[in-house]
Formats: sequence, structure tokens, C-alpha cells
Amino acid sequence: MMIEDPFLLHFVRWLHVVSGVMWIGLLWYLNFVQVPTMPKIPDELKPAIGKHIAPAVLFWFRWGAASTVLFGLILAWMNGYLGDTLAIGLNGGGATTAMLGIAMWFGLIMAFNVWFVIWPNQKIALGIVDAPAEKKPGAARRAMLFSRTNTLLSIPMLYGMVAAQNPPF
Amino acid sequence: MKNPLESLHMTIVMGVVLTVIMVLVAQGIGS
Repeated sequence: MMIEDPFLLHFVRWLHVVSGVMWIGLLWYLNFVQVPTMPKIPDELKPAIGKHIAPAVLFWFRWGAASTVLFGLILAWMNGYLGDTLAIGLNGGGATTAMLGIAMWFGLIMAFNVWFVIWPNQKIALGIVDAPAEKKPGAARRAMLFSRTNTLLSIPMLYGMVAAQNPPF
Repeated sequence: MKNPLESLHMTIVMGVVLTVIMVLVAQGIGS
């Protein structure tokens, strides 16, 4: 499939990038700001984060992830390279297709982590769902480690996405 | 042993290393 309408391609790419900024911006907020700062916050102020800020962050974070993936897949399909990139260029397309494909797989793994690991564990850790108190520390740690994994993957993912537009080779 | 993902600095270093590996793999596939 190939859609050649320049405005439509431009608009879907813009939606993909805007959604991605929302998602990765909040991922980096959590990992660069909120998590490292929590131990320094006085105990009486901590509920403001857990009860008010974190749930709002997680709402925009997970829906940002969903719409980034949705518009990204639509964009690749419209450009006619969805299959080649998901096959990481092994059936042709060159180094740029391979790099975009690897970056896409990193993004898909990250979105899976958001919806199926981080969010379910955060719901337990933040008390959004009923769970025994002894399950909360384990759930919080699991959510944190998968959030860190996503921060790790976000570095090559963003490099691959941008470099596919401006290849270094 | 401490999980390296508990350190933000180690996370970033591992991310950069993975980026270099990704570029080399992509070049390998493309050549």
C-alpha cells in the first residue's frame, strides 16, 4: 500500500511525533525527575505525588504510547514500508530500513511494557485497584525497572527513528 | 549484585551502547 498525498503523510507523521513527544517526555519526566526526587520529598508531601501527579502522568503516558504506535504503524503502511521495516530490512530495503525496523521493534516492546507491565503494576502500587499492602513494594519495583528498561530502549529507538530520516551513512 | 537498571547513569550508558550495536547491525543487514 502506498498513499502519496503529501498533506496526509505530513499530517499523520506530525500526529506520530506529537504523540511520541507526549509519551517519551513523560517517560523521561518519571525517570529523570520524579523517581530520583521521591526519596528527597518529606513524607507528608509524598501523597501529592502518589495520589494526584502520578495518576495524571500515567494517563497521558499510556495513551501517548498507544497513539504513537497507532500513527506510527499507519505512517509506515501509508509509505509502503510497514512489512519491510517489521522484517528489519532482511528482505531488502538497505541499512536505513533495517535501522528504522529495529527502532520500530524497540518502540513496540516499549508500548507493550507500558500497557501490560508498567500500568498494571502502577495500579497496584498507587492503590488505584484493591490489592494486599504487602504486594505494593514488589509492584512498585517491577514498574520502576520496566520504566527504566523503556528509558534504556528509548535512546536507540529515538536515534533509529531520526536517523531513518537523516541517515548517517 | 545491584540491578544496573536501578542506576539512571548505567541505564543511559547501556542505552548508548545498544545504539552503537543497533547501527552496526543495521549496516550489516544493509551491506
